[in-house]
Amino acid sequence: MTSHAIALEGLERRYGDRPALRGVTAHVGEGQTLVLFGANGAGKTTLLRVLATLLRPHGGRVSVLGASLPGESWKVRGRVGYLGHEPLVYPDLTARENLLFHARLHGVAAARVDELLRAVDLERRAGDPVRELSRGMVQRLAAARAVLHDPPVLLLDEPRAGLDPVAAEELEPLIGRASGRTRVLVTHDVERGLREADVVLGLRAGAAELAGGRAAADEVRRLYS
Amino acid sequence: MIRPALAILRKDLRLELRTRESVPAMALFSVTVFVLFHFGVHRDTLEGALASGVLWVTLLLATVLGVNRLFAAEREGGALDGILLAPIDRTAIYLAKAAGLFLYLVLLELVAVPAFALLLLGPGIGGAFPELVAILLLADLGLAGVGALVSGLAAETRARDVVVPLLLLPLLVPVLIAAARATEPFLTGHPGPHQLAKWLGFMGVYDTVFLLLAVAVFDYLLED
Repeated sequence: MTSHAIALEGLERRYGDRPALRGVTAHVGEGQTLVLFGANGAGKTTLLRVLATLLRPHGGRVSVLGASLPGESWKVRGRVGYLGHEPLVYPDLTARENLLFHARLHGVAAARVDELLRAVDLERRAGDPVRELSRGMVQRLAAARAVLHDPPVLLLDEPRAGLDPVAAEELEPLIGRASGRTRVLVTHDVERGLREADVVLGLRAGAAELAGGRAAADEVRRLYS
Repeated sequence: MIRPALAILRKDLRLELRTRESVPAMALFSVTVFVLFHFGVHRDTLEGALASGVLWVTLLLATVLGVNRLFAAEREGGALDGILLAPIDRTAIYLAKAAGLFLYLVLLELVAVPAFALLLLGPGIGGAFPELVAILLLADLGLAGVGALVSGLAAETRARDVVVPLLLLPLLVPVLIAAARATEPFLTGHPGPHQLAKWLGFMGVYDTVFLLLAVAVFDYLLED
């Protein structure tokens, strides 16, 4: 399992009695992108949260960067960047204060905060409370937070949601394929997702219905029917 | 563990300074309760056991308000996940929250105790100032230690407004008893012989036990 950046073997996860992930298996090499497709409630976000160590797997084997979850979660924290549906920032702190707070938790130098504020084009609004920023700006800030500690693995849950096309392109060097990071990407944009994918995983009701290398757009679309 | 704890504490204090959502609410609640007692008991002044009980029950209930809000900022925008993703010992979160609540309680008492003396207390308390400070600080340590533990336990529960008082208040009964008994002789006007050292010692043991217990289990409380 350790030869892959991410390896899932028969991953199981339940919420109470309801299964959310059922026997999911997938392997992602270093620097590769796994694209997750599936209708709402298929288990995509749950899978990302398991990989981020925010949820414990209930069965199967999960390995991230050679560390087995949940036993070696502490080895994984700080080596993954997570960009989910929520920005994971404090609305009453400014953009800069939020990044500085996370920089302190991750032991990152303050200079990296300024570098990222420039990279996501938030330098001029860095002193404004997050509550006063637009949704797109908050998403850019969340992306900056996710890569603040330069993680080798990125877990991205619809990272372009709320972004205009220019902002989405600006984030490419940080969270796109060009970043060189191993990525797990959730998207509903089938064509774009397939362009970015080295590995495709299609979930339906928590089970892997589509798994492996390339897939056809029609196969992916059937997941949503 | 200390570096991330300080980072979280600093962030919490900055948020409290900016939003003023916890300490002013706790202080206003306490003063309001003293005013209600002032009219409710049909007496201009209280002393002894009754005065001590009114003071400590009020401070305890004000603590519940603070404990309920201790993780409020983390719930908005999923910020708690942001902390959980960091490579830190999660006990740092507990230490920061307990230290923050301790500071909130000290600030609360800077308002509530003089208000209590002004609105309800018959005899003055100036002569027993050092002893009262010792009682307040030891009690605050217990309230903060248990409060942060319960707040962490209830942080992700939907019925936290109910869970917090139901869990917290029974756990704080020993502190209430010890603090009220220790304070009582100083609120009588003619303090006779009392057992201050015994009650201070009791609170010291309580604080130590719960702080150690919290440090041991807090990491597990934040697991999903």
